[in-house]
Amino acid sequence: MNTNTLENSVTEVIFQLEKVSVYYGSFEAVRKVYMDIPKNKITAFIGPSGCGKSTLLRCFNRLNDLIPGARVEGKITYHDKNLYSKDMEAVEVRRRIGMVFQKPNPFPKSIYDNIAFGARVNGYRGDMNELVEQSLRQAALWDEVKDKLRENGLSLSGGQQQRLCIARAIAIEPEVLLMDEPCSALDPISTLKIEELIQQLKQNYTIVLVTHNMQQATRASDMAAFFNVVTSEEGKRSGYLVEYNETIKLFNDPQEESTKEYVSGRFG
Amino acid sequence: MTINNSSRPQTSKQKSNFDVGLSRRFALDRIFQIACWTAVIIGLVALVVLLVDVVIDGLPRLDWTLLSEFPSRRASRAGLKSALVGTIWLMVLTAILTFPLGVGAGIFLEEFVKDTWYAKVIEVNISNLAAVPSIIYGLLGLSVFVRLMEPITGGRSVLAGAMTLSLLVLPIVIVATRESLRAVPDSLRQAGFALGATRWQVISSQVFPLAFPGILTGTILALSRAIGETAPLITIGALTFIAFLPPLSLEGLRTPFTALPIQIFNWVSRPQQEFHTAAAAGIIVLMVVLLLMNATAIWLRNKFQQD
Repeated sequence: MNTNTLENSVTEVIFQLEKVSVYYGSFEAVRKVYMDIPKNKITAFIGPSGCGKSTLLRCFNRLNDLIPGARVEGKITYHDKNLYSKDMEAVEVRRRIGMVFQKPNPFPKSIYDNIAFGARVNGYRGDMNELVEQSLRQAALWDEVKDKLRENGLSLSGGQQQRLCIARAIAIEPEVLLMDEPCSALDPISTLKIEELIQQLKQNYTIVLVTHNMQQATRASDMAAFFNVVTSEEGKRSGYLVEYNETIKLFNDPQEESTKEYVSGRFG
Repeated sequence: MTINNSSRPQTSKQKSNFDVGLSRRFALDRIFQIACWTAVIIGLVALVVLLVDVVIDGLPRLDWTLLSEFPSRRASRAGLKSALVGTIWLMVLTAILTFPLGVGAGIFLEEFVKDTWYAKVIEVNISNLAAVPSIIYGLLGLSVFVRLMEPITGGRSVLAGAMTLSLLVLPIVIVATRESLRAVPDSLRQAGFALGATRWQVISSQVFPLAFPGILTGTILALSRAIGETAPLITIGALTFIAFLPPLSLEGLRTPFTALPIQIFNWVSRPQQEFHTAAAAGIIVLMVVLLLMNATAIWLRNKFQQD
């Protein structure tokens, strides 16, 4: 039995996915996903490589629009509005739904400009210095960089760069933060810092977190979705949602055999 | 088992699956190194011989009159003034025409229509255009810029010459622009888009500044190809005897012109030895201008890379 909807929950739903499939050309990368993503919670996507979890994540801020041939079928609603309808501007969607990438990708500019860029392009009218400080504080980076805001963002360590990217993402006051394996390129100490940060950010943001790390999913998330891969006869791999539930239930009492095998570390 | 195998001393050759043969592999290294060195030396020697030969021939004639005098029938009075000024005009005009057109086309092809079928068709065509002999561009310039557009260009004018040279180097600038844009990591574009920036905002403030030094270098290298071109200018009818300087005005664009390679070509083809000496001196001047341009390119690139 798939428990793909939050029947007993009273929390507000922010994203609703109805039969969502993602195609690259004629290749179906993600197959018919139904799920509700709750507001102000951390939802983790887990599963083996190639199961389409990152692909699905990139549908939420319409970043797949930039890939030629990528196409979304089915319906994704954001606050009950169709995310892919004609009057929904992708540029505006991306301001409200921020993203942190797998590999830290600060702009090769000063720390200050890294944060100010998003605010500038979106016509921020407030005090820029204040915004920069506040964003860096929220990302738990301020104390480490306050004396070198004019230095290049690339001069920071990997973990600091990733926190800079988080600061940059929250500077434009989004509602949702999409995180695509944000710790996979980092050492354990930096990983821990980012995880602590994610917990703090949860109060103000809805977070969708893709991770390969099962401990991270159990430590960090409220809800968890397990995706798996099917290989078609022609050898193409499509991802599909196996099971979606509260993290505790998914890990302690999985309903599906493949989930049980995956979370107990027997494959993947 | 495997542990026994690895603990066995390496000198025992009995059952080793590897024939290490270090001395033989190092010998191959050595041979390859020497071959590469020889290639470098041959190129360098040829270049140095050419330079020395030209300098020996031209040095006696390399004086102020060469730069300050107009062409003359008497070799001792003949100078490069109008040719040097003509070349500078041509280069400035070509740069003004080529930079926005080439960079704009490059950005369009790389950032806007990257993977569509017509972008691929255009890409193949541009690569082909870069290989078309320059005299073909001369013929095109003659019929389009000199004849068809005479009311605008004023016929065999410096403007028509610059337009012809622009056509000639445009493919190079477009290719250089695309290469530089391609070298900017895609993760930066994604970061920009994910922050709610529009395509123009991402390109203008993140992608272009990073690609700019490369684009600039490509453009100036393209111009240094244009500076030496003789065939297309002769085809469109650049004159060899110009005894005035074009006025610095729009009207000046429509005046007849000459350029350094044309003047040099003209002098070389005369029978008198004195003119050959003058041609050698002209070649030195042309090379100095060329080196100055390349030095500017390197200087600008370093300057922008630091910022």
